[in-house]
Amino acid sequence: MDLFDKFDPIVAQKSALPFTKADPFKVVMDEIISETEAMINGRHTILAGTNNYMGMTFAEEAVEAAKKALDDFGTGTTGSRVLNGTYGGHKALEQTLADFYGMESCMVFSTGYQANLGLISVLAGKDDYLLLDADSHASIYDGAAMGNATVVRFKHNDADSLEKRLRRLPEDAGKLVVVEGIYSMLGDAAPLKELLEVAKKYGAMTLVDEAHSMGFCGENGRGVAEEIGVEHLSDFIVGTFSKSVGTVGGFAVSNHPKFDILRTVCRPYMFTASLPPSVVASATKSIEGIKRAGNRRAHLWENSKRLHAGLKNAGFTMATEKAESPIIAVCLPDLHQATLFWEELILAGVYVNMAAAFATPGGVNLMRASICAQHTSEQIDLIIDRFIKTAEKVDLQLTDVAAE
Amino acid sequence: MANAETLNTIYELITPFNKKGIELAPETTFATNLELDSLTVMDLVAEIEDEFDIVIPLNLLPDLETIAHVADAVDKIVADNG
Repeated sequence: MDLFDKFDPIVAQKSALPFTKADPFKVVMDEIISETEAMINGRHTILAGTNNYMGMTFAEEAVEAAKKALDDFGTGTTGSRVLNGTYGGHKALEQTLADFYGMESCMVFSTGYQANLGLISVLAGKDDYLLLDADSHASIYDGAAMGNATVVRFKHNDADSLEKRLRRLPEDAGKLVVVEGIYSMLGDAAPLKELLEVAKKYGAMTLVDEAHSMGFCGENGRGVAEEIGVEHLSDFIVGTFSKSVGTVGGFAVSNHPKFDILRTVCRPYMFTASLPPSVVASATKSIEGIKRAGNRRAHLWENSKRLHAGLKNAGFTMATEKAESPIIAVCLPDLHQATLFWEELILAGVYVNMAAAFATPGGVNLMRASICAQHTSEQIDLIIDRFIKTAEKVDLQLTDVAAE
Repeated sequence: MANAETLNTIYELITPFNKKGIELAPETTFATNLELDSLTVMDLVAEIEDEFDIVIPLNLLPDLETIAHVADAVDKIVADNG
């Protein structure tokens, strides 16, 4: 019995995709020219699918701080946060984040995935209820699977569906409602006010994942909860350093007086090495930079609206009616055409993410672009132009917008 | 054994998901017979929850392979809520 036999259907599914000239699972960035450009397979390519929303990967202060930390503290901590892996820098980063969010406490994890895994798996215990949005990120579902709570799923972004389920649960049971600010595939924003108010009405605690909204939503870039003014209804905010912050790592902030105990019960926090000092140093500088980056935020939103409008006017089927985030996704009719489109687009020098129907909410085939604050308007226009030319090349029927 | 009324209600709820028009019986399986992926099964479960005004935790899903399994689970949850 070969243990790999069970993967045969997936292998078959993957090899049925008609890629001939490029493979989205095997993209190699040979050279990173800037936040927005790379060499891929010898081709100069505009990066429009890297989640590098605020373009902080080459922020001067962050790079300098990382270099200095490498010299002063070495390449890694070789230890868990709860043993020898907490340096002064880790504590300073936690303070920076607590200040950034105006919250009492912060825990820094080695990845955003582990932050969700750690919190969700322990906050809701054996006799508690975990209420998840249907379109939740894998890290949220995995946190639920790792814990012992009873898991209840409500319809995506639907406060009524959440309320119906909360109403059916025992009044005095512990409940945690988990939502995201921006959902990463379609780039749609959550109606956080309605969702969090319902959660509070039924005495639930709330966790808001701002992984894809930190940096550019809200006056200080704290996320959708800040933008809508419902941070006071969020008991826990989780985020990542691997998107707007431009490095890797994750965090959770809270005002809960007992928050610190999580350091000794979260296994994804304890049983892994802490972030290297250079990563910690660049994350700290980057977050300080994000707070002051009002101009970048404004330019990022301009870029996002420009790309959305350009593609919409060209007749593409957009995943959202308007630009709700820097994630601008286009729906393709079927997997075959999506495959051809992605392939021709990267040959034309634009990298986006392809998301196949079996991995997306509602089973749509997506070309998912994520825009960077460092993209110029000219680059955005080039992306639009190459989308249109690619559509012609693969015979994708565009809607005649003028006729509507 | 699940009661007939519960089964009939579930058949009705499955109909929009039954794209290939497979004949429905208590022993019909979601994965093999109806070829529903796990996401679609979760959407179907949401419909069943709202119809019966109950909560079917995701934790139960791995054990619910056939329509009869779901109907039995629904009957049990409804009875427990009694």
